[in-house]
Amino acid sequence: MARTLFDKLWQSHVIAERGEESLLFVDRHFVHEGAFHAFDKLDARGACVARPDLTIGVADHYVPTRPDGWDPDIVRMVHDLEKSCRRHGIRLFGLGDPRQGIVHVVGPQEGLTLPGLLIVCGDSHTSTQGALGAFAFGIGATEVSHVLATQTLWQKKPKTMRITIDGALSPGVTAKDMVLTIIATIGADGARGHAVEFSGSAVRALSMEGRMTLCNMTIEAGGRCGLIAPDDVTFAYLRGRPYAPPDFDAAVAAWRHLHTDEGAMFDREVRIDGTGIAPSVTWGTSPEDALPVTGYVPAASDHPGQEQHVADALDYMALQPGTPLEGLPIDRVFIGSCTNGRLEDLRAAAGVLRGRQVKVPGHVSPGSAKVKAEAEAEGLAAIFTDAGLEWRASGCSMCVAMNGDRGAPGERVASSTNRNFRGRQGKGVRTHLMSPAMVAAAAVTGAITDVRRLVRDVS
Amino acid sequence: MSALKLCSGTVALLSRDNVDTDQICPARFMQRRRAEGYSDAFLHDLRFAADGTVRDNPIDAVSGASILVAGRNFGGGSSRESAAYAVVDAGFRVVVASSFGDIFAANAARNGLVPALVHAEDLSRLTQHLELRRDHVVSVDVERLTIHAGNLSLDFHLDDSRRTMLLNGWDDLDVTLQYGHAIDAFVNKDRAERPWAAVTGSAPS
Ligand code: SF4
Repeated sequence: MARTLFDKLWQSHVIAERGEESLLFVDRHFVHEGAFHAFDKLDARGACVARPDLTIGVADHYVPTRPDGWDPDIVRMVHDLEKSCRRHGIRLFGLGDPRQGIVHVVGPQEGLTLPGLLIVCGDSHTSTQGALGAFAFGIGATEVSHVLATQTLWQKKPKTMRITIDGALSPGVTAKDMVLTIIATIGADGARGHAVEFSGSAVRALSMEGRMTLCNMTIEAGGRCGLIAPDDVTFAYLRGRPYAPPDFDAAVAAWRHLHTDEGAMFDREVRIDGTGIAPSVTWGTSPEDALPVTGYVPAASDHPGQEQHVADALDYMALQPGTPLEGLPIDRVFIGSCTNGRLEDLRAAAGVLRGRQVKVPGHVSPGSAKVKAEAEAEGLAAIFTDAGLEWRASGCSMCVAMNGDRGAPGERVASSTNRNFRGRQGKGVRTHLMSPAMVAAAAVTGAITDVRRLVRDVS
Repeated sequence: MSALKLCSGTVALLSRDNVDTDQICPARFMQRRRAEGYSDAFLHDLRFAADGTVRDNPIDAVSGASILVAGRNFGGGSSRESAAYAVVDAGFRVVVASSFGDIFAANAARNGLVPALVHAEDLSRLTQHLELRRDHVVSVDVERLTIHAGNLSLDFHLDDSRRTMLLNGWDDLDVTLQYGHAIDAFVNKDRAERPWAAVTGSAPS
């Protein structure tokens, strides 16, 4: 019978079934500082970690990105992770390790994330790693403790959804704009309960980095996971990575079967015209509140059935209906996160900033220490600092504001991250999500700007 | 986790869509150990002004509510289980919504909190009913999957496995530990079938 990619991934991990749930084997389990609840639970039961060899610790959420002035309460969170990993014999990419970085950047970069694997982490953006053809999803602390103790997880099989994006993207349009457009189209709960496979010529044409951006924000549409069938782009990306399988060609031969068969059925199909996607920004407090940068702040009446959400969002964001999005003054910028903190993202932002000065403060936090080193080696760091932005160490930083990097109340921030939730980047901070190049454009003009203008200027 | 068959109580009416887990439990509270409690973290920035005084808000407007009636997409976003801790510690045993973040719903059930999913039309009927009679006692029957509020009665959905877990106060781990042989058998077979899936490369540091 014709099977979807997701069916194949699911079936190859089923150990046993009980009612509507299956017991699944976990190939990789990433833990970060937030896993302390799970380690506490494990300790309370006196249980051990079943498979430390398949468990990887990564410090990211609380990692300080400045060289000094570290808050002891925050650094304690990183040290707690170090202690738990040491005690349980778990390999750790901790503070100062050249492999440290944001967990979803590090997994693929090190070749720990591979096609065909089942990957979990106590973090919703684990969906990022599905870009390589893995079944990767976020779980809560109790589930983390279950995986630590058994290397397995009970799950109900999600439904399947295919989102097909065909056509060539216009210049200045990125994977971030694709995913913001998808979320605005289907809603922040539009993929709830579904495993989402992305396909179509616009997806195939994306680099590995762009594919990760797309899968990363699948969770922002409520999806259980995001998936892209592995292909030559994937294999070329993985070859030679530190943890790639030693017999790489044999692995590739197996991975070539990981695609949706001709005629396989999905529970839901969505089609999006790639040629119609424009550089996008969010105006509200949910990632579904996204529009082309050429658009206008909507009125509550533009969204029947969601009037209250729109009114509350505009109130929080201090926006008036009918205001053009382009030209909206901003106070700060942030470039980084597991959505857009990889080398290609930094290149795109630096491409806009080269030879220009920023009008507002902000900082860049690379997705990993390795990305940081690479960006420094090819001169990107110098472009950022010459333009007037701070160049920091790698971590989640102002994506979630746990490490002390945050905006001030009322500040309007142009951000390359994934969540424009109330208070996400600091209490009272107003976040506008956009691509890294769009953030760079906003930094240069001090207002939300259609990046295509600046790129035209340059060429 | 204690078993829960029936929950009767008053309602806090949070008629908002997209109440994400960052709002339910802001990140700055997440360093807390479980035993320290999360009741003040629950919807903190909605409930409290900068100086710590309680704002006019739908949660503190009722005391002792055990059922939270929300809107669409409750608990979307971050996988933080502290969001479920916060709802539970604030005294709730049931959240009614027309959609939930998947991970939140899983976390909720594992912490004895019922994520009761209702149709959007039923949710507006329930909300309208409660707006008129705020003091009404609502009862939620986890066995029959029904909600009663005065003369209004509606069905809700809850995954079977979560229902069983809530009704029995079970922990998955106790069940899984009985599957040791099946897990070993899987690992042996899998090693031959997917040799490339092992973690190779540098040893633990
Ligand atoms: S960068 Fe942001 S979204 Fe990604 S793992 Fe860190 S906090 Fe989560």
